[in-house]
Amino acid sequence: MTTEKTYSVPTMADMMANGDTPDILFWVGCAGSFDDRYKRVTIAFVRILNHVGIKFAVLGPEEACTGDPARRAGNEFLFQMQAMANIQVLNGYNVKKIVTACPHCFNTLKNEYPDLGGQYEVIHHSQFLQQLINEGRVKPQDGQPFKGRKITYHDSCYLGRANKIYEAPRDVLESLDADLVEMKRVKANGLCCGAGGAQYFKEPEPGKKDVNVERAQEALATGADTIAVACPFCMTMMSDGVKNQNREDTVKVYDISELIAQGQGL
Amino acid sequence: MQVLQQVLFAAALAVAAFIITKRVKYIAQAINLGRPEDRSDNPGERFKIMLLVAFGQKKMFTNLTVALMHLVIYVGFVIINVEIVEIILDGLLGTHRLFAPYIAPVYPYLINFFEILAFGVLAVCVVFLSRRYLTRVNRLQAATNEELRPRWPLLDATLILVFEIVLMIAFLSWNASDSVLRDRGVGHYGELKGVVPDFLISQYLKPLFTGLSDGTLVGVERATWWFHILGILFFAGYVTYSKHLHIGLAFPNVYFSDLVPKGEMKNMPSITREVQLALGIEPTGGEPILADGSQANENGTPPSDIGRFGAKDVPDLSWVDIMGALSCTQCGRCTAACPANMTGKKLSPRKIMMDTRWRAEEITTNRQKHGNDYDDGKSLLGDYTTVEEINACTTCQACVNACPVNINPLNIILQMRRFKVMEDAQAPASWNAMFSNVENNMAPWKFSPSDRFNWAEQVND
Repeated sequence: MTTEKTYSVPTMADMMANGDTPDILFWVGCAGSFDDRYKRVTIAFVRILNHVGIKFAVLGPEEACTGDPARRAGNEFLFQMQAMANIQVLNGYNVKKIVTACPHCFNTLKNEYPDLGGQYEVIHHSQFLQQLINEGRVKPQDGQPFKGRKITYHDSCYLGRANKIYEAPRDVLESLDADLVEMKRVKANGLCCGAGGAQYFKEPEPGKKDVNVERAQEALATGADTIAVACPFCMTMMSDGVKNQNREDTVKVYDISELIAQGQGL
Repeated sequence: MQVLQQVLFAAALAVAAFIITKRVKYIAQAINLGRPEDRSDNPGERFKIMLLVAFGQKKMFTNLTVALMHLVIYVGFVIINVEIVEIILDGLLGTHRLFAPYIAPVYPYLINFFEILAFGVLAVCVVFLSRRYLTRVNRLQAATNEELRPRWPLLDATLILVFEIVLMIAFLSWNASDSVLRDRGVGHYGELKGVVPDFLISQYLKPLFTGLSDGTLVGVERATWWFHILGILFFAGYVTYSKHLHIGLAFPNVYFSDLVPKGEMKNMPSITREVQLALGIEPTGGEPILADGSQANENGTPPSDIGRFGAKDVPDLSWVDIMGALSCTQCGRCTAACPANMTGKKLSPRKIMMDTRWRAEEITTNRQKHGNDYDDGKSLLGDYTTVEEINACTTCQACVNACPVNINPLNIILQMRRFKVMEDAQAPASWNAMFSNVENNMAPWKFSPSDRFNWAEQVND
């Protein structure tokens, strides 16, 4: 890192102890907390938040799985236990606004927690980054490292079809001045990476092919050297798919916040 | 002779009305097998969606050519049926082209318009047959789609197209033979000579009939007239048994379709209540679950039918799901978009909807025959849909997005998963491990919850 700046990650508990409240809660999610690859995305996003001076906090050890995979696998009881416990923590801190990098957490917090007593303004980090760019708080730097490079964006089901967020991640990528190339199946017709509905947590059912290989082939067919994602599970599935095609040396999978952080030299 | 025809016609109408009424009741009974669900909210928005998606066929237009062809059949169906009013009145009153003298200036234009549409319908039906049997559009082939392998689905599809073609030929031949009779001034046909001219399409069919004697020609005219109207009455009844029921049910199905984001799963208030009690929170709603696992109603008394978590059989689903199954025309756009299906898994969203319909009809027929308490020992999950199918779903909602009439196969899949896990306590071993991790480690993986914030140590690396 070229920067001398030190980054900080305040927790809600710290904030409260200091009698302070953040403007926004960053919901890290399980993948963002534990998955080695996705921790780098969490860190990239935290650096951006620090860089632009957003007053944020995380729950830290008080955060727990939203319950999304349990609910999609059919375990409603476990989902609601998780949800209710999380809502107690969030409401205890009087949280009003949440940003998260995980579309599954995003969908659950935004659409499914209200029925259980959790009413928050929830935005996905792609929307948050889009706002920062629109407000000029994240500016394209001179000597953009992405100029002339081909990037393709893979729509996450729970961001796209589930919540109709198609443009925010693309706007973020457009700001990089790269050449954004689209796959055959995009936006409302985007092809799943194969991880949703708790598939990530079990072997696929018998079939001819893995869904992530099908999608990775489509992404590779664009000729892009970077596959941009906005979901931790898409990240793993697409990376594995690229590896399956023996293209991991030339084609990289990045989260949109990592690309922005790289563009800002963070 | 004339009076006999009128009596026969009235009898045919009465029989058709009787059968159709019975079938409508049957369909209503099938839909009402489902659990109640309130969809009376947002009537304005629902009406707007119905106009756009059902009436305007918005979602068909992802493929312009197919959408336009479908539109021809659809407009043809709706508009040519205006002519049915005159045909029915003629049949009952023993008149011939009753409206012609009253609206003489526009009558030829009207019939010409009907004829153009009839020709269009005919042509499109030929193209649609060729898409099935010549160009072999993948989603319409039994070879690649297990659910189309039983005889009925493809037979049904073919019958409808052939039937439409035959009906349109009858309509045009009737007009042509009638025109020849009019030219010749035969009997009452001649009365419209000078009032009604030749029609746009059927004039080209006239040479087929000019060689016939007056008597034979009247026979042809009567036969085609009768065939056309009896065909339409037969079709109206047939539709209720067919995938073609979508011509009627698409409208209510779209009107009552989900308005919430596609990613949102329906909450289960009865579980919320239990969880709130377990966590020592004042319950905010839902019905208490009794000791035997059934749900009580608001007074704490058991409901008439025992509630189940999730869905094992059709009556465990919502009436909206069953209406969806009856509205499905088996076009297979859902299955073509399904990532599990396209990579060779057993899941096909179209099959989920077809299974639901066959099972709903089976239960309805059983109840009509043996009474409402009859149990045939079968169920949707197990006898129709397998666990392997529902476990292959990535919940990506591509099927929901693809459906031109807003059917939601995903909801049925998720309801069955809920049954499998919560009632049957059966899930793939790795899902059980994930459940246990979520429960004990607050994450789907086996990490210590106290390590959850360790990532922050690397933020300055």
